[in-house]
Amino acid sequence: MRVDLMRRLALVFALLMPLAASAGEAEPLAHDQALEERVMQLSHSLRCLVCQNQSIAESNAPLAIDLRNQVREQFLAGKDEQAVVDYLVARYGDFVLYLPPFKGVTLLLWIGPGLLLIAGAGWLGWRLRKRASEPTHKLTAEEHARAMALLEGGSDTSEESRS
Amino acid sequence: MKAKFLVPLLLFLLLVGFLGYGLRLNPREVPSPLIDKPAPAFRVPQLQSPDKTISPDDLKGRVWLLNVWASWCVSCRQEHPLLVELSRNSPVPIVGLNYKEVRGDNELEGKSMDAPAELRLATERARQWLVQHGGDPYAVTAMDLDGRVGIDYGVYGVPETFLVDKAGVIRYKHIGPLTVEALRDVLLPKIAELQRAG
Repeated sequence: MRVDLMRRLALVFALLMPLAASAGEAEPLAHDQALEERVMQLSHSLRCLVCQNQSIAESNAPLAIDLRNQVREQFLAGKDEQAVVDYLVARYGDFVLYLPPFKGVTLLLWIGPGLLLIAGAGWLGWRLRKRASEPTHKLTAEEHARAMALLEGGSDTSEESRS
Repeated sequence: MKAKFLVPLLLFLLLVGFLGYGLRLNPREVPSPLIDKPAPAFRVPQLQSPDKTISPDDLKGRVWLLNVWASWCVSCRQEHPLLVELSRNSPVPIVGLNYKEVRGDNELEGKSMDAPAELRLATERARQWLVQHGGDPYAVTAMDLDGRVGIDYGVYGVPETFLVDKAGVIRYKHIGPLTVEALRDVLLPKIAELQRAG
């Protein structure tokens, strides 16, 4: 009986062990859930400079962690999203933004796809119009008869097919 | 009529041209918005005498270099001999910024320490590294334990080197290890130019 109880206790402890281990490694989360959500939301729109194809929300690079902490700290200090973004842009440039601002150097980036679309549509329109103005080829009576014969399942009997 | 068949070829060559140019760009070199802006202020302990502090204000009126390094930074080993050589007859003081000496290496280790203990460990490790790698080229090294100064300077990859003018304005930033060519062709001419000015 006693042995059984001991075994059960041992099992309970064994099962609780991983909990203790993960509790030790978890990142210190702020208790304020709403704040944490704001931090993550903004972090998703900021590019990590170390692993450049990840946002600082996704990256575990030390710099990304530092920057997330900066964002949290600045929110706690009462700054709003725009102020935090300005703070980071002042240090790392527009490169940190996944949504680059509309200005001189980014002009082509923003309007380039639109220009390409307009150019493509223009070219297509021009080609269609050109094709419409081309004289259409009318079938001769002989060609028409041959086509009908083919459509009805007969074999091609014209001169061309035999040669 | 025949020229029409050349159009795809020309478009292809244009594309190759763009891609070829893109290949030679380094995506890790992000232009710094801090160029021509005042060097961000800080006041942190010095490496060789941690009871004293260092700030960019202490260097006003001089042209100086700020070299960001750490003992865990592998590329720093590459540029270190060059810095040591430069320091022998450098026209300007080289100021070190030791970036996250302990935390950069092991995030948890640094966070679980109290500040004096971390500073002690950091200075110990940094000094030892300097001894092992050919000496201390720095007029003074600022200890940025938590990486805050680094964030203010937009540091994202160590080593980085900033050139600051007499008015305390950042004039140039070199990303990655310094090379003989970068020093000879870019940095030294810029230093000479800044020293002549004002």
